Amino acid sequence: MSEDISAELVLPRERCGELLELVVKKGYRLIGPKLEQGAIVFGPLRGVDDLPEGWTDEQSPGRYRAVRRSDASLFGYAAGPRSLRRFFQLPDVELVVLRRGQDGPRLDYGSGDTRPIALIGARGCDLRALAIQDQVLARGAYPDPRYVARRANTLVIAVQCTEPSGSCFCTSMGAGPRAELGFDLALTEVVDAERHHFVVEVGSERGRELVAELALALAAPRLSSEARERVAGAAARMGRRFEEAAVHDALLANLEHPEWDRLGERCLSCTNCTLVCPTCFCTTSEDRIDLTGDVVERHVRHDSCFSEEFSHLHGGSARASIRSRYRQWLTHKFATWYDQFGSSGCVGCGRCITSCPVGIDVTQEISVIGGEPCKLNP
Amino acid sequence: MLEFERDPWRVESLRVTRVTRETEDTFTIELDAKPRAGFVFQPGQFNMLYAFGVGESAISIAGSADEPERLVHTVRAVGAVTNALAKAKQGERIGVRGPFGHGFPIAEARGKDLLLIAGGIGLAPLRPVILYAIQHRPEFRSVTLIYGARSPKDLLYPRELLSWASRLRLETTVDRAEDDWFGHTGVVTKFIEGALQNPESTVAMMCGPEVMMRFAARELTTLGVPEKSIFVSTERNMKCGVGLCGHCQLGPFLLCRDGPTFSYDRIGPLLSIREL
Amino acid sequence: MQVESLSRALAEHPFVAGLGEPEVSFLAGCTKNQRFGAGEYLFKEGSPADTLFLLRDGRVALESHVPGRGNVKLETLAAGDLLGWSALFDPHSFHLDGRALEATLTFAVDARCLREKMQSDTAFGYALTRRLLYHVHRRLERARLQQLDVYRAGL
Repeated sequence: MSEDISAELVLPRERCGELLELVVKKGYRLIGPKLEQGAIVFGPLRGVDDLPEGWTDEQSPGRYRAVRRSDASLFGYAAGPRSLRRFFQLPDVELVVLRRGQDGPRLDYGSGDTRPIALIGARGCDLRALAIQDQVLARGAYPDPRYVARRANTLVIAVQCTEPSGSCFCTSMGAGPRAELGFDLALTEVVDAERHHFVVEVGSERGRELVAELALALAAPRLSSEARERVAGAAARMGRRFEEAAVHDALLANLEHPEWDRLGERCLSCTNCTLVCPTCFCTTSEDRIDLTGDVVERHVRHDSCFSEEFSHLHGGSARASIRSRYRQWLTHKFATWYDQFGSSGCVGCGRCITSCPVGIDVTQEISVIGGEPCKLNP
Repeated sequence: MLEFERDPWRVESLRVTRVTRETEDTFTIELDAKPRAGFVFQPGQFNMLYAFGVGESAISIAGSADEPERLVHTVRAVGAVTNALAKAKQGERIGVRGPFGHGFPIAEARGKDLLLIAGGIGLAPLRPVILYAIQHRPEFRSVTLIYGARSPKDLLYPRELLSWASRLRLETTVDRAEDDWFGHTGVVTKFIEGALQNPESTVAMMCGPEVMMRFAARELTTLGVPEKSIFVSTERNMKCGVGLCGHCQLGPFLLCRDGPTFSYDRIGPLLSIREL
Repeated sequence: MQVESLSRALAEHPFVAGLGEPEVSFLAGCTKNQRFGAGEYLFKEGSPADTLFLLRDGRVALESHVPGRGNVKLETLAAGDLLGWSALFDPHSFHLDGRALEATLTFAVDARCLREKMQSDTAFGYALTRRLLYHVHRRLERARLQQLDVYRAGL
């Protein structure tokens, strides 16, 4: 990453397509934002025309709406309901196929699609989430080789966030809005009546090669600082803030707080929060057997700690009540993740707040359960 | 197909060499681990046993760590997978992944009194420790096993129990008995006080139902055994066995990765929090 | 002479250990050694409870006869334990069987003698009551764990 503003470059809006084409030509699959079923979500992109030009979103607890912008911004929205998780840890992956044989079953191991991915429009929160998942799935004693294979050679063209939503709190989690690490290129969109430019920061040798091939011009210092102001403005507009460093101890000291009972009554255990969370990594494995009984596919698929079977032990569920499952989810994200993996499990993207059908706001709950040290907007 | 080195999901298909029925619902399976050039493990570690087409279950290794070519598991048929494993016959194959997790820290007990407390199927994970202790008896000042079961017909390894009785101090007790039982009736905690000679230099290792371990740990600490010298084997529903799937969390721990054995000063406080 | 050696042995029993010398010798005055052969009953359900037993050696099963199951063992007791608490409370009749599983040696304390002393000497009564309560507490604790039936399948 370069702190040297003079080294920043400028990519005019009309050359965006060129950048994406160059990336495709280098063998990457494009994953980026697009408008799909009324929401701006990450998905496979064919090219620049798939980007959600002129769209933004309105978000608040329990509410998401994609709406038109007054300008033609390509990246003028906040985190959408689909995170990047599914592109690296697939929702359903075939581990192995077993075919009945003379001397026991024959086993063929699968890997899924492992062609390298180029992430277009990843935010600071998205990149922090990937780093957290890397820690869980790729840096332990037993890395998941399928995840590792898909993460290898990921090209990241980040776009700095200038539009926090009503659910965001990345500044509290130290995850944004500025992406500081983990990108090859980071763009900041500067758009007004006269101009539509991207200020380009180079974060790696691979990024440097890309901009060299496009022969981008240096950004004027004024444009660079304007781009920085926009990102700083996003930080200032973040609607909620709390002292994250206090949360671990405060939550774990209050495991029997009466608020858990109220949460147990409000939460529907619908699993939405775990589906949208970019760091959730839980999976379960299952056998699928064909009608002849001779071929078995063994799969690993995403799972949620909100399902009753998740903690099933012979005799029943270790977390039979919704109260206990909510407590598991919240304390895991904000407290025990530190003990397990050395960081928070939350990036402050606000997806869980927006997607909760009953509007449970994790930041609010932390301030109630954690008390004074976790006060919201102190 | 892409080949993955050290894929934690890779299943070893091993041949069943013997199945022994222990009780009405519990049986011991021996697998031939020679094709894998022996199955080296630490007492207290577990394997994921895979009934092809049904699924996997985390099962502690119950054999001798000194005989790595014979892989032994004692399984209680209580779910779909364990019931399928129960049907395995000699010559058939079972999938194995492992060994996973951290075993019992036997080295901690060298030169001290070793007290083993087992309840029900919990005797199986302690069996490798017992076999080690018998084989290497001079390493320990004393070796005691307190074993509790539901009733006399629920006792595992009945013939071995007889032979162990002459090589270590053994108290076998059952919760329910009638006229045909002349051993002890009552719970394992009853025998702890009598087994302790030097509480402060005793190392206790336990495996059994969580309630039993909580009662026993209370008794041990009341009598002066330090919590850090009490080791328990914990259980949650492990799915991957290697810390990737999130299922076996207990507060700050992934039991498969950080356990399944823990010293009581680390795990005890968590066991008393309901539905953690 | 015989009372003196009984007194010394009695003082070493966990139920008695730590009591003052006058208390121990009073107890010894109400106590005699009693042996039971394997299979012999110390007491039977419904019989008058006039003795508190302090086990010195051997093992005793507390049993209850259940039609169809025979003699169901509730707990086996060994050296250091005491049994026959019913002897201290109305209506002074045993509600379980106590049967020796092997040759068993006991201190048999005359309950009437003990009750009278506990009534008239409250300090002695308090000391004995605390000891008794401790045994009751411990046995109840064990009974609770046993009642939980923790080894049952599917638990």
